[in-house]
Amino acid sequence: MLTFTIRRLFLAVPTLLFISLVIFLLLELAPGDPMAQVPLTVPPEVKEKMREALGLGQPMHIRFWKWLVQFFWIEPQVLIDHYLGTSFSAGDLRVISWQTRSPVMDIVIQRMPQTLWVVGTAYIVAILIALPIGIYSAYRQYSWFDQLGTFVSMVGFSVPPFFSGVLVIVIFSVQLGWFPSIYDTTHVVDSWDAFVYQLKQMIMPVMVLALQITAQLSRFMRASMLDNLNQDYVRTARAKGLSEYVVVMVHVLRNSMIPVVTVIALGIPSIFGGAIITEQVFKVNGIGQLLIGAIQANDLPMVQTLTFIFAVLIVLFNLIADVLYGILDPRIRYD
Amino acid sequence: MTDKERFVPDEGMAPASTSVPGAGALEELHNPPRSQWLDVWDQFKSHRGALMGGALFLFIILAVYAGPLVWDIDATKIDIRARNQGPSWAHPFGTDQLGRDMLARMMAGGATSVSVGLTAMLLALVLGSFIGVMAGFFKKLDGPLMRLTDLFLALPLLPLLLVMMLLFREPLNAAFGPEQGIFILIVASIGVTSWMPTARIVRGDVLALKEREFVMAARSIGTTNRKLITRHILPNVLSPIMVSATLGIATAIITESSLSFLGLGFPPDFPTWGRLLFDATDYLQQYPERVFWPGMAISLTVLSVNYLGDGLRDALDPRIRGR
Repeated sequence: MLTFTIRRLFLAVPTLLFISLVIFLLLELAPGDPMAQVPLTVPPEVKEKMREALGLGQPMHIRFWKWLVQFFWIEPQVLIDHYLGTSFSAGDLRVISWQTRSPVMDIVIQRMPQTLWVVGTAYIVAILIALPIGIYSAYRQYSWFDQLGTFVSMVGFSVPPFFSGVLVIVIFSVQLGWFPSIYDTTHVVDSWDAFVYQLKQMIMPVMVLALQITAQLSRFMRASMLDNLNQDYVRTARAKGLSEYVVVMVHVLRNSMIPVVTVIALGIPSIFGGAIITEQVFKVNGIGQLLIGAIQANDLPMVQTLTFIFAVLIVLFNLIADVLYGILDPRIRYD
Repeated sequence: MTDKERFVPDEGMAPASTSVPGAGALEELHNPPRSQWLDVWDQFKSHRGALMGGALFLFIILAVYAGPLVWDIDATKIDIRARNQGPSWAHPFGTDQLGRDMLARMMAGGATSVSVGLTAMLLALVLGSFIGVMAGFFKKLDGPLMRLTDLFLALPLLPLLLVMMLLFREPLNAAFGPEQGIFILIVASIGVTSWMPTARIVRGDVLALKEREFVMAARSIGTTNRKLITRHILPNVLSPIMVSATLGIATAIITESSLSFLGLGFPPDFPTWGRLLFDATDYLQQYPERVFWPGMAISLTVLSVNYLGDGLRDALDPRIRGR
């Protein structure tokens, strides 16, 4: 198991390098010009100086290497400095955003808590809703509850977040006036009332995200439970005289959770991607909103770094899912 | 073949009249064999959701393509006096802030959205099936092609799509005109980023098919690889391809609408469902129904296609069929 994990970790390195190269080349070969917004009255030689100031003067491979060094060598040093108070990174050039002229990673770290709060809560809520639904619809297959669950999850698949988000805004904040339509990220929770307000503003984005995740997860849970419910060991457990609760919730559930846990792990990075739209609808200034802003402002270092962070998350959670699968299911041996 | 040869298996056996129990069974023998597609249709019919989904999808296609022939108001005609009207007989869905008829705009937008969905799905399907068949059939290509698929699966797709939209919009607009250019860009980028699931499924099926006897038989009589693939492999992997086709339409329509909703899709005066929804959010407080129509259209299309795919999956699976 350990050797498998180490081997996968080593394999992840070329994958990530290749992905970073793809992202870099995509941004590089595309005919966009970062100087397009500069007024025409600025003379060409000044423009050339400005390009060089942005680090665009050098050839492509040198810039790619520089970005790699900045991202993988200097940024971790900055992190160590921040926590331990050392000064490894003093004087080194970090990845600088063209929009704000400040280090990209600083902005990412500023935006991270908002995304994590909303997306993380949504994920946990979705898991808490989806698992019982999946278990019960499998246990009572083809009952009205199962049919309803199938329909609701189909709807959850089909209604895109930009529609469900707008719809709940229309209903709950325009018509009923229960919740604020805009997520206020400067809100500080220091009293009970502030906590209630925080809860109120989180309900809608969390529910919109949770609907989608619930739809997928409950389907998986149901299918996985159905696979196990007809197995011989279930009959044995019943024949031993175990109570129905123990049979389903201990014997079947534990075996059915194996694929579901890996699906949960695999879904985490895609949630960051899906959250781009939800963040846009509810005006949450998280990572997704940062990416949209950077794309619209032609801020290439920011776009490159953010896209790469998404890629790292995907590769990382793929690895975690594979390792989890091996740990949870003793029948699976990788080596 | 002579008559004698045809009767060889019956020689020495009981006469036909005694071996066959009844006349009804004899009649059955004379019935032409049922074709596979008739069986598929029978199974498909029994799935009520799929039948309704299919009917709804056909209706939507008909409405967006043939609808403008019946409802012949120009979707871009501006009538500023009649702006922001509610539903009436003259404008069943009302009018927008420039007095353009919403029903006509919904049809025009639907035509674009559905065309994008169908074309992008076709592109992804061709790419995915090609890569899947190549990887499954030729052992040498399997490793590299599957690594490529894994790499594509590890790419963050929505951010990359947004970046592609931003970067390639201008040159394509210059080359093909603003509408054609963005159509090509959206279809190409959705197609290029969504072929991976198809490729994986097709590869798995081809790997299993390759070991079957009929493929060996075909190979032993000297069938070339190309004929083997087109005549024996491809027809047998048709069912997973068809199922992923329906699901592909759904994802393509949602992706296109998401791009339009984020303001990075089609230009503002060119309606698509996503764009109409995006434009309507500015008037959310005053005219919430304007958000409702395009959103409902997207959701219903995707829902119907998903049910259609669900039914097709059951109908095309011979293990489920006939149960």
